[in-house]
Amino acid sequence: MRKVVGLILLLVLVGFLVWGVVALIHPFGYPSPSEMDDYIIDNAQAETSNNNVVASVVFDYRGFDTLGEATILFTAVTGVLLLLRTAKRKEDES
Amino acid sequence: MLSKIVRTTANQLIVFILIFGLYVIAHGQLTPGGGFQGGAVIVSGVVMLLVAFNAKELKKSLRESGLSIMESTGALIFAALAFAGIATTFFYNVLVGTPIFGHVPPTGANPGDVWTGGVVPLMNWAVGIKVVAGLSAVVLAMALFSSGEEMEE
Amino acid sequence: MDYMPLNFPFLAAALLIGIAFFIIIFKRNLIKLIMGIAMMASGVNLFLVALGYRVGGNAPIYTNVPPGPMVLPVPQALTLTSIVISVAVLALMLTMVIRIYRHTGSLDSEKSRRMKG
Repeated sequence: MRKVVGLILLLVLVGFLVWGVVALIHPFGYPSPSEMDDYIIDNAQAETSNNNVVASVVFDYRGFDTLGEATILFTAVTGVLLLLRTAKRKEDES
Repeated sequence: MLSKIVRTTANQLIVFILIFGLYVIAHGQLTPGGGFQGGAVIVSGVVMLLVAFNAKELKKSLRESGLSIMESTGALIFAALAFAGIATTFFYNVLVGTPIFGHVPPTGANPGDVWTGGVVPLMNWAVGIKVVAGLSAVVLAMALFSSGEEMEE
Repeated sequence: MDYMPLNFPFLAAALLIGIAFFIIIFKRNLIKLIMGIAMMASGVNLFLVALGYRVGGNAPIYTNVPPGPMVLPVPQALTLTSIVISVAVLALMLTMVIRIYRHTGSLDSEKSRRMKG
């Protein structure tokens, strides 16, 4: 029963993905709406004095994303250290 | 701990891995790369040392308190640089036009100048420190835990 | 290079995500589940990078760039963010699996489901 439900779910998901990829997206190599990226490509050197446009997007235009990413990295490292440490201590107590 | 050949090779190779990682971080505004990628390169060197020597040997030189201080310092520098442009907007590039990292490159293809980028190179360094410390702490904690040891406070 | 029929890079990303779905739905080993999740992250990254490609485009870095159009930079930046997040989440998941293995003594997801306390 579970396998049948899982198979149906899998087929629906993969079919949806393949349908969307074949029929819905713009053809590969021709991104249709790209005004924001064109603006960034044209003006990144003057506005951020930066040759690497990707770095200027990561740290300047979309700095909030990078701040969230740094927060997630910090939280994950803290979680890993916390899990590994309390685990040992609990085993010692019991 | 692996054989002496592996340990000697790792000792020689870590210098070059460190130099390459620092190069990738320092030239993040000119070439493909930046803080995350260079930090990942340096952490791969740490993992190589962890495989060549064992975790207890490495724990003597890499302490967790130092690593967490490094990571917090990187995060604080990053947030401080983000707040430095708060007069205009959050994450405003305040250093454009100043002599420190502020040379504006000519529009279009150019050979590249290290003193460009505004706050982006400083943020690269902050994020590089953060990534190196964080991922080294994770890898070291996992290795120590699976070998039955525990990281000290 | 002209129009590519059937959008092969997008199709590859979709198939990668489909294989990852297969692993996540049908496998019961926790390590294999994590492999599936990492594979899905790779598929999403491939999709994002392929989304921003422009025919004949250079990498969006102006240092000694040859003339020509440039690839869209924003999907590449978001892919960078996504890679770092997937690494962090992978480390956290592996740590949880280590803890579950120490607690229950097996890697089966059916056994760890009934875990209490």
